[in-house]
Amino acid sequence: MHLDAKVPDGPISQKWDKHRFNIKLVNPANKRKYTVLVVGTGLAGASAAASLAELGYHVKSFCIQDSARRAHSIAAQGGINAAKNYPNDGDSIWRLFYDTVKGGDFRSREANVYRLAQISSHIIDQCVAQGVPFAREYGGLLENRSFGGAQVSRTFYARGQTGQQLLLGAYSAFMRQVNKDNIEMFARREMMDLIVIDGKARGVLVRNLMSGRIEAYAGDAVILASGGYGNVYFLSTNAINSNASAAWRCYKKGAYFANPCYTQIHPTCIPVSGFHQSKLTLMSESLRNDGRVWVPKKSGDLRRSEEIPESERNYYLEQRYPSFGNLVPRDIASRNAKQVCDEGYGVGTTGLAVYLDFADAIKRLGQNTVTEKYGNLFDMYEHITGENPYKGSMTIFPAVHYTMGGLWVDYNLMSTIPGLHVLGEANFSDHGANRLGASALMQGLADGYFVIPYTIGHYISSTDLPSVTTEHSEFRVAEEEVSKRIDRLLSVKGEKTVREIHRELGKIMWDNVGMSRNKSGLQKALGQISDLRDEFWNNVNIPQTGNHLNKNLEQAGRLADFLELAELLAVDARERNESCGGHFREEYQTKEGEAKRDDENFSYAAAWEFKENDKPAELHKEKLVFQEVELSQRSYK
Amino acid sequence: MKNMNLNLLVWRQKDAGSKGKMESYIAENISLDMSFLEMLDQVNEDLIKKGLDPIEFDSDCREGICGACGVVVNGQVHGPQRATTVCQLYMRNFKDKDKIVIEPFRARAFPVIRDLVIDRSSFDRIIMAGGYISVNTGGAPDANSIPVAKEIVDKAMDAAACIGCGACVAACPNASASLFTAAKISHLALLPQGKIERKKRAEKMVSQMDKEGFGDCSNIGECEAACPKEISISHIARMKREYFRAVVDEIEK
Repeated sequence: MHLDAKVPDGPISQKWDKHRFNIKLVNPANKRKYTVLVVGTGLAGASAAASLAELGYHVKSFCIQDSARRAHSIAAQGGINAAKNYPNDGDSIWRLFYDTVKGGDFRSREANVYRLAQISSHIIDQCVAQGVPFAREYGGLLENRSFGGAQVSRTFYARGQTGQQLLLGAYSAFMRQVNKDNIEMFARREMMDLIVIDGKARGVLVRNLMSGRIEAYAGDAVILASGGYGNVYFLSTNAINSNASAAWRCYKKGAYFANPCYTQIHPTCIPVSGFHQSKLTLMSESLRNDGRVWVPKKSGDLRRSEEIPESERNYYLEQRYPSFGNLVPRDIASRNAKQVCDEGYGVGTTGLAVYLDFADAIKRLGQNTVTEKYGNLFDMYEHITGENPYKGSMTIFPAVHYTMGGLWVDYNLMSTIPGLHVLGEANFSDHGANRLGASALMQGLADGYFVIPYTIGHYISSTDLPSVTTEHSEFRVAEEEVSKRIDRLLSVKGEKTVREIHRELGKIMWDNVGMSRNKSGLQKALGQISDLRDEFWNNVNIPQTGNHLNKNLEQAGRLADFLELAELLAVDARERNESCGGHFREEYQTKEGEAKRDDENFSYAAAWEFKENDKPAELHKEKLVFQEVELSQRSYK
Repeated sequence: MKNMNLNLLVWRQKDAGSKGKMESYIAENISLDMSFLEMLDQVNEDLIKKGLDPIEFDSDCREGICGACGVVVNGQVHGPQRATTVCQLYMRNFKDKDKIVIEPFRARAFPVIRDLVIDRSSFDRIIMAGGYISVNTGGAPDANSIPVAKEIVDKAMDAAACIGCGACVAACPNASASLFTAAKISHLALLPQGKIERKKRAEKMVSQMDKEGFGDCSNIGECEAACPKEISISHIARMKREYFRAVVDEIEK
């Protein structure tokens, strides 16, 4: 199948306006005849469901949590970017566009990124109107701060809880539509399969997590906003229940999966403390505004951080990248931390940590101001580690945080399955090989509030959609398969728990498909993943049955999919013989150890097509054309 | 520091219709660096290995912001540490051989689904009744067109920080949802954008809260003490004023 991104013609600044004029509309009176199924209630899913319901569509919404208010968007701390240029420091749509393309190491689709930058300002307006309490100056106007990969202050924030406040804003708009009966909400439901009829996405099967019953829902279009696949690494900053199963089911039904190897390792997380650990905790990137990253100049220095004098500290980011300093993009900050630890300068009990110091900021701003800006983060750090970060330096280390890859979508956010639209982290569209801080919230809300309401109307009005009910045979066939799979999982009754196998998968991925990769390591990982998958299906032990709340069974189904996705991720990493953004192949680096791209051969999005009967996935390439931005070696020096 | 062994007494209940009971377990080899929920994870691993039923409990983000988790630990909602959800409670707060009693949040409006997992959909219905500003997507004015004083937005943010975990209900002798409901009413009533609908909002949300079977507030203050986000009881006073204003207005009409 030929990949058509359907990017509109014309100058980049006019594409979206022109497209909005050219696409077909659905008559307001007709909208209520159409049902849209939305999977996921994070920023992208909740904003899409609310906006479509406001337009008059009938929306059915599904989430695995007990309420639409809990999706993992809620944990985003630092902020949301927008090209408002309120601080008068030289920002513009063009600069946000350029920073995002460059930050993504020139592996994103220009037209999508430009649209994102254009829409960014409207998101802030919308959120303020909903009552999102963004931080303000004493004069009453909105305040901004800086994030990595940018030299302007364009990040809006609500203390360290920006994701929470934006999500609660979207959730309130969502609940208003539930109250008006425009949205039917189904909580504690997990998508088990996509129903494709006559080549179009026409329904979903979900499992009621309380009763175990499989439920069928038919509709005219499906929106998948189910988040990323970071938990393939077991330890990540994702929530315990974050998973890739909904996206993976769609992949197996024909939606191409793009750039799975683009994973983001966030530089400022609390280091791993032991085997028992269930997740890693992020400390917002905003800390790098005032915090200084360093390691001791002497390897194996066992003194407490506050006892090490200034002259014996190596502020390696400030040294190597004088113009961006501590605010280099995430992939660069992470790789440098790994490098200094590999060289033996790491600190803490494991030697896998670096310091983040606030002594200068406290001296300059006073402790009260630092508390006002980052208080909740400092408290969180103290809760988890038992150390007081006002006294000594924090210790931090990179951890898996976000996945840029996801289901391939065209300019309309539609996947290769007609009618299946994919939003937010679940798609691959805007961040290329590395996402800049405070851009995930921007993208999720742009997709949901301002893109999908237009493009889904175009799909519905230009597509023949005969009435479909859940009586259709496709539903029955899929339901049988879903039940069979659950029975198979429950019948293994082996020796290892789901968590044990997941932890093993995580170790394989982190060691060989993590922050830096090489061909032989990837090859080794592929063998290990395949063996572990066999072991899973022969030796997993899932307690109890499938007809009641059973969280081990839920996690087992998700792990089964991760064990397949892990393989595609490693294959994609093996095939991309270059380094770019979050994908660092040791064989391809500059003399200074920076990522070395190969634009001639790899300037494409890799979209993988599932093949039946254990045949390898087939690679399709979407050529990335850069008309507006000149390709260059990224430099933050 | 040496790892600990703990004696757990845990509430087990098959479903809303069944009778529950306390069961005892030993949590072995617990590291001080574990979170409370990681301790339960380990107990569950041991139970599965022994062919016993693991203890079901809700949790998701495990960084204290999603509001999914919540249990009563030795009679204290979310455990002994102030301003902390149980996922952020660390085992260094306990000693070897400690006895730990673990129960679900209890309230008529929060029926038990299984073990420590409860149904909090009543909270969604309170928000549904009016916990929003009625603006559709698109057409919002420029974000800086209405200045808002920093003190006001800070106060609104204090209230908006609510994570909807239900600790306030579980801690209240009346099982009142006043702090939860007040936090939303207060957040929106403080902001100029939310003032327009303040009366209707207060009336509808308060009446939904009553319908769900939550008790009334009698100013005991347990909710504030248990709240992991330290939301002040003064928001309940504001809710009462908002409600009173709305009702008086209705009568005067």
